[in-house]
Amino acid sequence: MNSQAVVETRELTKVYNGQVAVDHVSFTVTEGEIFGLLGPNGAGKTTIILMLLGLTEPTSGEAKVLGIDPTRDSIKVKGIIGYMPENMGFYSDLNAVQTLRFVADLNNIPPKEAEERIAHALKTVGLSGEERKKVGAYSRGMRQRLGLAELLVKRPKLAFLDEPTLGLDPDATSSMIDLIEHLTRKEGMTVILCSHYLEMVQRLCSRVGIMIKGKMVAVGSMDELATEKFGVGDEEYSLEDIYMKYFRET
Amino acid sequence: MRGLRVIFKKELADHFSSYRFLILFALIWMVSLVTTYLAGMSIKQELQGVAKPKFVFLMLFTAQGALFSFVQFVAFFGPLIGLILGFDMINREKNEGTMSRLLSQPIYRDAVINGKFLAGVATISIMLLSIVLVTTGLGLNLIGIVPGPEEIGRIFVYLVVSIIYVSFWLGVAILFSILFRSVTTSALASIAVWIFFSFFLTLGASIIARSVTPAAQPDNPEAMIKQINIQRSISLVSPMVLYSEATAVIIDPTRRTTKSFVLVGPMEKFSQERFSGPLPMWQSTLIVMPYIICLVAITVICFAISYLVFMRQEIRSA
Repeated sequence: MNSQAVVETRELTKVYNGQVAVDHVSFTVTEGEIFGLLGPNGAGKTTIILMLLGLTEPTSGEAKVLGIDPTRDSIKVKGIIGYMPENMGFYSDLNAVQTLRFVADLNNIPPKEAEERIAHALKTVGLSGEERKKVGAYSRGMRQRLGLAELLVKRPKLAFLDEPTLGLDPDATSSMIDLIEHLTRKEGMTVILCSHYLEMVQRLCSRVGIMIKGKMVAVGSMDELATEKFGVGDEEYSLEDIYMKYFRET
Repeated sequence: MRGLRVIFKKELADHFSSYRFLILFALIWMVSLVTTYLAGMSIKQELQGVAKPKFVFLMLFTAQGALFSFVQFVAFFGPLIGLILGFDMINREKNEGTMSRLLSQPIYRDAVINGKFLAGVATISIMLLSIVLVTTGLGLNLIGIVPGPEEIGRIFVYLVVSIIYVSFWLGVAILFSILFRSVTTSALASIAVWIFFSFFLTLGASIIARSVTPAAQPDNPEAMIKQINIQRSISLVSPMVLYSEATAVIIDPTRRTTKSFVLVGPMEKFSQERFSGPLPMWQSTLIVMPYIICLVAITVICFAISYLVFMRQEIRSA
C-alpha cells in the first residue's frame, strides 16, 4: 500500500440482495487532496462511503483507510473519519451547542477541549449567534453548516461529504464551497466529495472518480480525463463535458 | 462499552424532557392518586372500631376503589408506559436521518440499542418508583398506619416485578420499531400485541378450555379441574396473567398459591383458615419465582431478538 494513501480500495464489491451496488472498484485518495466522487443517483457512491466507514461489509475486495481495514477495526476508522451524509439528520430538540457537545462526547473529547473546539467550529461556520436556537428551527443551509461544524469539532483526518450543497441557494452554496476549502487548507483534512454540482467539483477537486452503475469508469485529474476522452488539443473541456462523454458511452 | 454511557445519558434526558413522557407521567400519577385515595378511604371506613389487622397497609395496593385496584391498574395499563416509550425508538432515528450519523461516530453499534433500552428501563423504574412512593405516602396519611419492614420488602419486590413487566413491553415496542420503518405501523403493531395478550388471550383460553371439556359441570369435578387447568395453561402465555398472579401472591401474604380456584372441602378450608398465618416474604417470593423467571426470560428473549435484528440490519436500508 502507498504510504501517502489515505484511502485505498482494491476490487471493492458490494452486492445487496443479488443486485450489484459496487462492482470491483479500485481507487486511491492521497493525503490533503479533495477527491470528487461523481455519478448519477444509485451509482454506488454512498455504498462506497458506508464500506469505508465500516458501516457495511464489502461482499468482496479490500479497503484501507490510513492503512486500517474498516471491516476489522471500524471503531478506529470511524474515529479518524468524519461523515456528512446527504440527508443530514439532527436531533431537532437540541441546539447547536448541545448537538456538538453530543458529538464531542461520542468521540471522547475532554469537556474543556470540546468547549474550545465547539466555539471555534461555530465561529468558523458562521453559526456563532445562533448556537442556542433549536436545530429544528434551522434552515437547510444552517443545518449543512452545522454538519461541517461537527467535522471541525471531531477533527478527522478524512471527511466524506455527500451532496453538501444539495438544496442550498447560490449564496449558501458559495459559502459552503469556501468552508470545504477551509477544511483542507486550514484544518489539513483529506476530503472525498460526492456531488452532482459539477461546477463546484471542478473548482474544488484535484482529482475525480466517475462511477456509473456501480463501476468506477474513470479516475484521474481533469486534464487526464479530458485527454483520455477528447485527445490532446488546445481546447479546454469542462468537467460537465467530460462527465457527459463518459456517461453517454457507458 | 464505548458510547453506551453517552447514548444512555442522552436518551434519559430526551425521555424526561419530552412532552410525551410528561403527559404520560401526569396521567398515571393522577390515576394512581385517585385509586389510592379511594382504596384508602374504603379501608379507613372498614377499619373504624375494629382492631387493625396485620399487613393492612398492603391492602392499599389490592383494595378496589371505584373501578380497580392499584395492582390491577399497573397490570392493565403499565404496558402502555413501555409501549409509548419505545414504539419509535429506532425507526424515528432512521426516518430523521440521525441513525447513520450516529453510527458513523466511533461507537459500537450495540451501544445504540443497549443505551436506548437501558435508558427506557431507567425511565420506567423512576416512574414506577415515584408512583409507589406517592401511593405509600398518601396511604400513610389516609389510614395512619406505618408499614413494617415485611410490608416494605413486599412493596419493593412488587416494584421490581412491575419494572420487569413494563420493560418487557418496552422490548416489544423496540422490536417493532426496528422491524417497521413507519412509526404508525410500529405503534399499531405494539398496541395490537398488547390487546391480544392482555384481553383476547384470556378470553380465548376460556373458550378453548370449554370446547375441549364440554362435560365440565359442578357435578363433575374432574372435568372442571381439567377445564380450569387448560384455561390456566393457555392464559399463562399472557405476560399480564404471569404478572397479575405473581404480584397477587407478593402483595397479599395470606395467599398461598397463585391458583384462584382451589377445590377443598369445608373442613379442610376451615382448618386452613384457623391454623394458617401469613406467609413470610421469602416464601411468597418462592411461590411466584417461576412466574418472575418467566417474565425475565420473555423480556430477555424479546430484547435479544431486537438486538439481533438491529445488528444485522444494513445501514443503507436504515
